[in-house]
Amino acid sequence: MLTVLVAVGILLVLSLIFGAILGYANVRFHVEGDPIVDQIDAILPQTQCGQCGHPGCRPYAEAISNGEAINHCPPGGQATIQALADLLDVEAIPLDGDHGTETAKRVAVIREDECIGCTKCIQACPVDAILGAAKQMHTVIADECTGCDLCVEPCPVDCIDMVEVGVTSRTWSWEKPQGIAAQPGSIIATDRQAEVVH
Amino acid sequence: MQTASVFSFHGGIHPPENKTQSLRLPLGRPSLPTELVLPLGQHIGQSSRPLVNIGDKVLKGQTIAINNGFLSSFLHAPTSGTIKAIEERPIAHPSGLSDVCIVIAPDGEEKWSTLTPLQDWNTLSKTDVLAYLAEMGIVGMGGAGFPTQVKLQGAHKHPLTHFIINAAECEPYITADDMLIREKTIELVLGIEALQHLVEAEQVIIGIEDNKPTAIAALNKVLSDRLSNIKVAVVPTKYPSGGEKQLIQLLTGKEVPSGQYPADIGILCQNVGTCVAVHDAIHLGQPLISRFTTLTGDALKAPQNVEVLLGTPIQHLLNYAENDSKKLKRLVMGGPMMGFTLDSANVPIVKTSNCVLAASKKELPQPAPEQACIRCGMCEQACPASLLPQQLLWFSKSQELEKAEHYNLFDCIECGACSYVCPSSIPLVQYYRHTKSSIREAREAAVKSDLAKQRFEARKARQDAEAAEKEAKRLARQKASASKSSETKKVAPKAAPAAAATTATPAGDDSKKLKIDLAIAKTKLKKLQKQLLEAQENEHTEEINTLQLQTSAQEKAVALLEEQLANAVASAPAPVPKAPASDELKKAKVDVALSGTKLKKAQKQLAESPDDAELQAKVAGFEKELADAQARLSKLSADAPASSTAATSAAPKAAVSDELKKAKVDVALLGVKLKKTQKQLAESPDDAELQAKVAGFEKELNDAQARLATLTDQAPAAQPAAANAGDELKKLKIDTAIAKAAVKKVEKALKKAEDLNSPELDTIRQQLKDAQQRADDLEKALANPNTTAPSATPTASSAPAPSQQANADKQRKIDLAIAKAAVKKAEKGILVLQEQGQDQAQIEASGLPDKLSAARAKLADLEAKGESPAATPNNAETTTAAPDEAALKAEQIKKQKIAAALAKAQINKLTKRLADSPQDADSIQLEITAAKQKQQDAEAQLTQLQLAQVTPSQDNTQENR
Ligand code: SF4
Ligand code: SF4
Ligand code: SF4
Ligand code: SF4
Repeated sequence: MLTVLVAVGILLVLSLIFGAILGYANVRFHVEGDPIVDQIDAILPQTQCGQCGHPGCRPYAEAISNGEAINHCPPGGQATIQALADLLDVEAIPLDGDHGTETAKRVAVIREDECIGCTKCIQACPVDAILGAAKQMHTVIADECTGCDLCVEPCPVDCIDMVEVGVTSRTWSWEKPQGIAAQPGSIIATDRQAEVVH
Repeated sequence: MQTASVFSFHGGIHPPENKTQSLRLPLGRPSLPTELVLPLGQHIGQSSRPLVNIGDKVLKGQTIAINNGFLSSFLHAPTSGTIKAIEERPIAHPSGLSDVCIVIAPDGEEKWSTLTPLQDWNTLSKTDVLAYLAEMGIVGMGGAGFPTQVKLQGAHKHPLTHFIINAAECEPYITADDMLIREKTIELVLGIEALQHLVEAEQVIIGIEDNKPTAIAALNKVLSDRLSNIKVAVVPTKYPSGGEKQLIQLLTGKEVPSGQYPADIGILCQNVGTCVAVHDAIHLGQPLISRFTTLTGDALKAPQNVEVLLGTPIQHLLNYAENDSKKLKRLVMGGPMMGFTLDSANVPIVKTSNCVLAASKKELPQPAPEQACIRCGMCEQACPASLLPQQLLWFSKSQELEKAEHYNLFDCIECGACSYVCPSSIPLVQYYRHTKSSIREAREAAVKSDLAKQRFEARKARQDAEAAEKEAKRLARQKASASKSSETKKVAPKAAPAAAATTATPAGDDSKKLKIDLAIAKTKLKKLQKQLLEAQENEHTEEINTLQLQTSAQEKAVALLEEQLANAVASAPAPVPKAPASDELKKAKVDVALSGTKLKKAQKQLAESPDDAELQAKVAGFEKELADAQARLSKLSADAPASSTAATSAAPKAAVSDELKKAKVDVALLGVKLKKTQKQLAESPDDAELQAKVAGFEKELNDAQARLATLTDQAPAAQPAAANAGDELKKLKIDTAIAKAAVKKVEKALKKAEDLNSPELDTIRQQLKDAQQRADDLEKALANPNTTAPSATPTASSAPAPSQQANADKQRKIDLAIAKAAVKKAEKGILVLQEQGQDQAQIEASGLPDKLSAARAKLADLEAKGESPAATPNNAETTTAAPDEAALKAEQIKKQKIAAALAKAQINKLTKRLADSPQDADSIQLEITAAKQKQQDAEAQLTQLQLAQVTPSQDNTQENR
């Protein structure tokens, strides 16, 4: 009987000690997790175009964390939806067409001789990628342009074009091979010999 | 000469060598082609910048493009001739894409530019020699074309233990380095010695595969003749022993850690071709303009090595090696393992082209179909980089980029050994290349989106700061005006006792009471204004209306009180000879200050809501008050010195200069107001009210200027006028430019429409005519002030007239430019629709949107409002025959144009919607047709008006001058 009590007592004391240590460690070594909004924001393309219906990507990230659908960002397209789905552990759904369609990457180009220098495009640009001053010619810093389209509408003389960023030999990338499914009927490797015989 | 010990590396394969074919014939030297095509990006890094222009004559070896940043290279003319073009040409690239190339038409003379060999290379500083090598355009000729000077500089980071010359040439078929060593042994050794001088490595080793006995023998002979301490390491033939990291492992036993460069472990590797190029540059002064290339493959009857000028089209070389085009099935740049297929033989040889393989079908058969990975592990056995290819394949297929990176995908040298051994014929390398591209793209996108985020946040922070500052200023101003009004209150009682003390008449009491009333009324007014402002900020429309009513009532009350007070004050102090006069003066000044403040406040409100008619009326009222007060003040200040007994002779002068100053301030103020309103107008150019306001301001400004002119002498007055005229001239010029741009635009559209044979042709032609007409008008106008401006300067009063005209003109032109842009937009939309195959009749069904009618109603409204004020300035200013009719017509034309533009904008928007949401097509098309109908109506009327107007309007211009 006594041994039982002693054993219980020892275990009790031990559990208290370990509990205290664990409790202390939890406070002392607490790791500040990346808040979910930041993680979502990091996935969004930061085009800041507002097509999702929010004034920028971060507000949409906040909205997503509050339960908005993840398929409202056309610039990000399916890749972003997939990444969000992975992050939030929800099902990847197709892009919501109401917010626009996924397009190839574009940048704005101002036809400079037609610009009247009204500065409206500067006010519209969410990332300050347009350079100019009142009554002076304006131009777009192509490297900074996110292709959000927001400067096109305000221009009173319609001198801003959205130009697709073409693939050059330096930005070109290798295609993915077609994979196995591409050749139906050749599941058995030796089938290819038959082909040669004909 | 000594032999070095040889280690080994993991994996590797033994594909058929196929090297003998191209070694049967001696080194060939093809003839000059008809043109040489030199891509600007023959190396890793930034493309070079061309130094020559089309049509320039260049000599052999002349620099034709210079480096464009740190990681870039020079480019030289491989022969003498003329620059034929600088344009996009297809280049040797796996993508088959084009890049900018300099095209040279050789003149056949092969005339060298002056060559200046680097005589004293062993005494010069190393930096100078490196710079010289850069200018000679030397890049790594074995693989990627890494600029040599950059690689050498990198090698200075750590003391070098080994300097390795890569002569392994492990890839099947290729024998270019073999041939180079045989042909240029001594040059190679001299080049190595020069490089060794630069890098000062402990050991220099030439690594060469044992399948090149002739080359090894030649090397050994030269090295022993020179008693050189360069070692030759003969390595067993195994693919890919020529890989940089593999050769290093073979010769030193050291492994280059993942993600690091050989330089990080004190090793430098150079290709034999590069060493020979270094020799040519230093000892002969020749830049890199040619290279050894292997022409081989079953499709060539005379496979061989050639020394070929850079830029030579491959087709030329195929012809030289007697290509059998029937046999040629696949043209490969590089070897069969690491090369890539070319789509066309029309691409040039570049600095890194070591082989052209013209393969028959039997030689390089279609790759067998891909099968599933059976996890046999053969790829892992073959991989020279000790990777796990099947694992990488898995991650590549599922696009798990992070995991692929974690499995050291970037250590893969794309040697193809794994694909070669894979029994399932999986194109593993292609998967890896794709995944690598994806990872790089993702990295770049991450960098870009980070930057965008930063800029977005910075902009938001700036905007917030600006808004906060504005708010703070507004508060400060409110406080200031509050304290001012309390000051006024203080002043008022002070003045009252003074008056009371001297006269003690009921008049003093009256004025006191009045003042108190006034103060209360003003406080109320201020409160109301504040509420109004808040309401406007929060956009509470109903509140705004009631508040505005209240405010104007209160204003009236205040004005009444002020008038009474002024009367009382004017009558009260009459008996008092001296003090009252100055008192009154003080009061008048306070009045001026007060109404000035009020005016300013109202203007601010107006600026915030420029369309508010009542506010505008208020501003006008305040302005009038201010003018009255000023007039009173000036009268008083003029009277004061005269009536004062103590008046000195200096007093009147002071008064006059005071008035002058005031007048000037008036002018300046009005100018600012005018500018502000014009700016608003520029932002919403269709706003008739704003235009009217601008006209009003201009009139006021003119008045003020006239006042100022009468006050000042003739000479000072002429100055601003002249300045004005100059301004006008500038404006006119800008307008003309805009009109011309419009003409150009329409012409472009016309051409496009003609190309497409569009039914819009007629309308566009009509627009073109309009635009040209406008441009002509403007040019005429421009020509006129050019001649009249100088003559207009002497008299101040004549200047404002053309200014008025020009301004009205300008507004019209801006309106038109914008309207035209809208037209263009609409046409673009229609064109797009047509291209999409929408048929015209479909687009032109029938019906009408509420929106358009609402917009039209608003437009008509605006027009009605705009009509009278816009017309008045012309009437007021014209001293000769009044061009009322012409002005009216011009107004009408403008209106019609605006109507047309609006209708077109509507069409544009609708077509866009149509394109976006085809499911609503029917209703949208109905709307479009209605809008089109409106537009046509407006345009028809417009043409009529314009035809009628052309002559009178010109007369008008003449008359006004
Ligand atoms: S739609 Fe535009 S603003 Fe919204 S998250 Fe996507 S990129 Fe950002
Ligand atoms: S909006 Fe158009 S006209 Fe105005 S500054 Fe920008 S590009 Fe120039
Ligand atoms: S291609 Fe890459 S993975 Fe395949 S064997 Fe070569 S280094 Fe290894
Ligand atoms: S060699 Fe081919 S089949 Fe074998 S494990 Fe590698 S990828 Fe799979």
